[in-house]
Amino acid sequence: MSTKTPAQSRPLSPFMLGQYYRFQWSSLLSFGHRITGIGLSLGTLLLAIWLIAIAGGPQWYGALAPHLHAWYGQLLLICWTWALMYHLCNGIRHLFWDIGRGFDLKTAERSGYVMVVSSLILTAAVWVVAHLA
Amino acid sequence: MAKTSEDLRSPLSRARGLGSAKDGVHHFWVQRVSALALVPLALWFAFSVAMLATGPADYYAVHYWVSAPSVAVVLVLFLATALYHSVLGVQEVIVDYAVGSLRLTLLLISKLLHAVIAAAAIFAVLKIALA
Ligand code: HEM
Repeated sequence: MSTKTPAQSRPLSPFMLGQYYRFQWSSLLSFGHRITGIGLSLGTLLLAIWLIAIAGGPQWYGALAPHLHAWYGQLLLICWTWALMYHLCNGIRHLFWDIGRGFDLKTAERSGYVMVVSSLILTAAVWVVAHLA
Repeated sequence: MAKTSEDLRSPLSRARGLGSAKDGVHHFWVQRVSALALVPLALWFAFSVAMLATGPADYYAVHYWVSAPSVAVVLVLFLATALYHSVLGVQEVIVDYAVGSLRLTLLLISKLLHAVIAAAAIFAVLKIALA
């Protein structure tokens, strides 16, 4: 069965990032949604490991906690919260598009900037408040 | 997802079984509903992560936090919603890049992993909260 059906031989559209399209910030931001989405999916694995370690008792948790409190663990957690805030803000942007709002180029460009800045402010706010509390 | 069996089916049968008005709309819709539910849950979770990470690295403090009924319930809600949203999202990514038997394999692996992570994480929360 080597004959290809029409569906299989249809060409794929080229990636938005690459030689075929003019570079645009909006493509990069959009790609960021997918990257953060995958990153957050992997993050649920870390969350599960953390919960299992707590359920396992002080020895198990004691093996994990030093890594989370080391500089690389804290850096990972800060990146994690930023990925979550980025994906959340851009997700809200997506939901507005889904109801047909904000699709014209100017608005989409502006909401992209607002989204990135909001995600950074939210991330900073979360960590600053946590440090002060 | 029916790539591997499409040779055995007529175009009409394929359209009936996988028509965009059936599974596709449901997938789209539950992905948006889970996204909406995740807005408050994710804000709460991000803040909690920062609070715990900047607090003492003490087992009993963390255990105490998870075992509070309000925290345990919201954690289970967050885990269930995030993993449901995640399995739908990862499916979308796989379908965009992989075809044929690789697509089917990756989809099965992704669903298995999501189910295992959800079950293990929620069980851990319950074990902590009910201990
Ligand atoms: C831990 C939490 C989360 C995980 C693991 C996660 C994961 C994912 C993944 C893997 C995708 C697929 C990406 C793609 O198709 O390019 C996705 C898409 C999406 N996510 Fe999330 N997400 C999370 C939280 C959120 C939150 C808080 C929102 C808030 C609005 C959100 C909104 C969306 C939307 C609207 C899409 C569809 C985007 C599209 O049309 O391509 N997600 N998510």
